[in-house]
Amino acid sequence: MTISIPPQESNQPSSLQPKGWLRYFSFSLDHKVIGIQYLVCGFFFYLIGGALASAIRIELTSPLSDFMARDVYNQVLTLHGTIMIFLWIVPVVNGAFGNYLIPFYVGARDMAFPRLNAVAFWLIPPAGLLLIGSYFINGAAQSGWTAYPPLSITTPAAGQLIWIISVLLLGGSSIFGGINFIATILKLRRPGLKLMQLPMFCWAMLGTSILVVLSTPVLAGTLVLLSFDIVAHTGFFNPALGGNVVVYQHLFWFYSHPAVYIMVLPAFGLVSEILPVHSRKPLFGYTTMVYSIMAIVVLGFLVWAHHMFTSGTPPWMRLFFTIATSFIAVPTGIKFFNWVATLWGGRISLNSAVLFSCGFIVNFVFGGITGVALAQVPFDIHVHDTYFVVAHFHYIVYGGSVFVIFSSIYHWYPKFTGRMLSENLGRFHFILTFIGFNLCFAPQHWLGLNGMPRRVAEYDPQFELVNQISSVGALIMALSTLPFLWNVIQSAFNGNIAGDNPWRALTPEWLTSSPPPVENWKGPAPLVTKPYGYGVNIGSKSNLSTSKSELEEEKQ
Amino acid sequence: MPNQSAIFTILLIIALVLGGTWVGQNVNLLPLDASTNASVYDELFKVLFSIGTILFVGMVALVVYSLIRFRRKSGDLGDGIAIEENLPLEIFWTAVPTIVILFVGLYSYDIYDRMGGMQALPQGGHNHQSMINDQKIWGGIGSGSIESPSTNSIGILPIEVTALQFAFLFHYPQGDIITGELHVPVDHPISLKLESKDVIHAFWVPEFRIKQDVIPGQPTILNFTPTKPGRYPIICAELCGPYHGGMRSTVVVETAESYQEWFQNNAKITETIS
Repeated sequence: MTISIPPQESNQPSSLQPKGWLRYFSFSLDHKVIGIQYLVCGFFFYLIGGALASAIRIELTSPLSDFMARDVYNQVLTLHGTIMIFLWIVPVVNGAFGNYLIPFYVGARDMAFPRLNAVAFWLIPPAGLLLIGSYFINGAAQSGWTAYPPLSITTPAAGQLIWIISVLLLGGSSIFGGINFIATILKLRRPGLKLMQLPMFCWAMLGTSILVVLSTPVLAGTLVLLSFDIVAHTGFFNPALGGNVVVYQHLFWFYSHPAVYIMVLPAFGLVSEILPVHSRKPLFGYTTMVYSIMAIVVLGFLVWAHHMFTSGTPPWMRLFFTIATSFIAVPTGIKFFNWVATLWGGRISLNSAVLFSCGFIVNFVFGGITGVALAQVPFDIHVHDTYFVVAHFHYIVYGGSVFVIFSSIYHWYPKFTGRMLSENLGRFHFILTFIGFNLCFAPQHWLGLNGMPRRVAEYDPQFELVNQISSVGALIMALSTLPFLWNVIQSAFNGNIAGDNPWRALTPEWLTSSPPPVENWKGPAPLVTKPYGYGVNIGSKSNLSTSKSELEEEKQ
Repeated sequence: MPNQSAIFTILLIIALVLGGTWVGQNVNLLPLDASTNASVYDELFKVLFSIGTILFVGMVALVVYSLIRFRRKSGDLGDGIAIEENLPLEIFWTAVPTIVILFVGLYSYDIYDRMGGMQALPQGGHNHQSMINDQKIWGGIGSGSIESPSTNSIGILPIEVTALQFAFLFHYPQGDIITGELHVPVDHPISLKLESKDVIHAFWVPEFRIKQDVIPGQPTILNFTPTKPGRYPIICAELCGPYHGGMRSTVVVETAESYQEWFQNNAKITETIS
């Protein structure tokens, strides 16, 4: 059963909403406004998280703990991890692009639950401010973003409790969003649009939302129990009171490994939208792509204990999680080859969106290879909790997700604002980011292999030079933000007018004005059954005309 | 002509495999291997490094080649070829990662087994009574690597390790020595019994390629055999508080004679040495 909302009869009290830029600061129910709110808010927190990362890299330019106090250093690394995961990547890849694009892709005028959608967004700013504010109230949490007890029970309670409350709010926001996406994708599809005709990003968001809805409550429950241990001196995870710290690790990673896929599956979906448009070819292997997303969702639930190979888990459990983790490489490999096959034989525009998407593919292949190595118990034992792991997951979450966020901004900015970004600044941004990123994180693999543990403010002097190289890379990454910021700000006022469809794309968000009106289309929602119908063998010269004629048919 | 490009592609793949294998086998990224565990680990590392280099270079070359070969000429507004799927090709690139994963999995299982990961936990010469009383004792990886532990436990040197914020303390039950620096004789099997007094720590010696979390309320056995004399760092690898980065110690691997000398100089009970 699908519900279609006819035009002019929506649940949107648009007359009550403020107009112009003020609506971005309002409790707007428009999915596009909420998407932009997520994006800009997320970017604001990205700048804060990035400043914290710079502080870490400055501390690590010398082997001694001489830039900030040791407990402040631990607060900084805890805040950096928490902000980047829960306030930047998760809200942006899910909330921003999911909200903006999913209603277009299913042919709906808004999300299934617009008010829940607005609530989900408005939980984020207070949670973020609470988290950052905790630094000024007796210090922020200092037990890392993993908050392992007993350290999280014995460090100052105020910061840790505020951290828990903040993560609970963000988890709640995430669950609300997940329910909304599942309902929208499954129930709000335009009549006549079949599941297997949806753009790939819908499948990625469906898979991600299943992960969010099933795993986030486990984290929430765990953190509530942890807060009892801190406040009420219960003994769930406190060994001094008969608790078990390893149980916490199992519960924590049951959420936090799927969290990696929550950050990266939407990125897969976004790349699958961007590459076909700019290489003028259909997305290769649609069906296998859908199955690989769902395979990653299922496998994603069965791999959590690979974070605990040194925690004294029994041998059979280590083997099981090694095998399950390794097999994630198979569906991921299929996606890689499908993207390359999409590029192969195309007419590729080497613009900023494509460069960032291909940068993502290269970085992700590297992170995937070190990931398969890390899945092997005997390999992991040596490098667990070292800079090798730090390097690996930054290749996944920065080289993967963040590159795709930038790629998506270059691709959809004309739709968001009606104006084009400067391509020259975009390419310059890509080159700086790609060089800075690899210079920062590639050497960290060597550091980890040779004996530098993670989360340290001081280290063996033999690692000084390599750490300084890494810090130079971080500096370049920080500087790379400047051309990007200049580009998005000045293009909003002075950029070339984009028109409805500057990329000649076929997906439904391009079949309306830029920026799109409230309720997305002036007329009826278009029926796009071939979102990737590019290519010269399908009859007419331009497929755009086919979908436009379909549009005409709908109107009649 | 298609034959020529096919031959060229095959030659490139062969060069890639040979080059990747050479890099994996010859580029050393690891510190000194100073335990029986380390040499086994390094075998695995070389194989993974070879496979990783081949896959990474091959896959990146594919992407870069596609971008250059199929880039759009300026003014060209045409589309590419409309290929949506190709079943044999898709089966092929599902099979390749599956085979690589199966090979890596089986090989790393073999390595894991040779490190002793799959063997029953040996007592390692620690006090039997306390072991039996303590039902919850766990074994770290490498714990089974000492040959026939139950029959030959006299040869194994038991040492008790206490981790606390922010130091390691080593207690030698034979001789009742307490020290902040671990002294062990070369080529002699060592059995550590790790316990934590406060939060989770981790015992890591990069040159031995072993690491074990030290979990409060959870005594854990970690066995190893050092093979090269020298001084190696012991590093805490689990965030344990403000001075986590400073929680380091040293393991001194020395010849049997100089170990005996150190032991005699420090032992409170001398008669138990065998």
